[in-house]
Amino acid sequence: MDFYASSSTVSSEEPHVLAVDDNLVDRKLVERLLKKSSCKVTTAENGLRALEYLGLGADQEHSTNGNGSKVNMIITDYCMPGMTGYELLKKIKESSILKDVPVVIMSSENIPTRIDECLEEGAQMFMLKPLKHSDVKRLRCQLMQCQG
Amino acid sequence: MEVGQLQRSFIEYMSSLFNEGFLDAQFSQLQQLQDESNPDFVVEVVSLFFEDSERLLNDLTMALDQPNVDFKQVDAHVHQLKGSSSSVGAQRVKNCCVPFRSVCEEKNTEACLRCLQQIKQEYLLVKNKLQTLFELEQQIVAAGGAIPMMQ
Repeated sequence: MDFYASSSTVSSEEPHVLAVDDNLVDRKLVERLLKKSSCKVTTAENGLRALEYLGLGADQEHSTNGNGSKVNMIITDYCMPGMTGYELLKKIKESSILKDVPVVIMSSENIPTRIDECLEEGAQMFMLKPLKHSDVKRLRCQLMQCQG
Repeated sequence: MEVGQLQRSFIEYMSSLFNEGFLDAQFSQLQQLQDESNPDFVVEVVSLFFEDSERLLNDLTMALDQPNVDFKQVDAHVHQLKGSSSSVGAQRVKNCCVPFRSVCEEKNTEACLRCLQQIKQEYLLVKNKLQTLFELEQQIVAAGGAIPMMQ
């Protein structure tokens, strides 16, 4: 039997999405939206927790100790206490392991300079809250194309 | 009351909530996310919204009661409240948050207190309405009926 090295292929599997948001209601909503679009979901309540999950935490060795290699996409709120979604994006893009994982930024505020800033830093997409099913469907399609 | 009557009351009540601006299209989004595998999704999210809001309203009351009001903190709380009310479709609560943030920026304590009063009223109204809606749903189910889908 051949064993294939596990990579981030999503062809027949559900993509694994890490959703980061400090708001309890929004976390529940994004989780349900993603699950409805056949994604496996892990949620984190802030940037630090997200980095820890991904194996990029301050105390962790920059290695395979985290779940970074299992995550196919990260979707994060912009306005969070401590570390903003933009700062989280930067940390992810600085990581040799995670820099190619698509990062989507969500915000309730439609501020063009903020959007540009995120896209320039490498965000895959910027989405306006509150998220709707059609937004996530569109995202899911993009994700499939990415991996294809 | 028989099922048909209950269902009609439900539809009328739901429609009035939209027509009177208590709920907006985002609430319909929540309903669409509910299905057989997640039959209580709307109640669950709305319950989280109630918990979250009550905590935030308490925090706002305390923050505005301080001798030296920390307006950044007040604004942060209002931002959260705006976010969650927007995500569940509680339109009137969400709309109250906009002027609140303005007077926060102006560091106007009196005006903030007035806004807080207004938000509390709107919150209690929508909480009451949603609880009534959920009770109607339970009555329909108890009478053996299905909850009508609204578009």
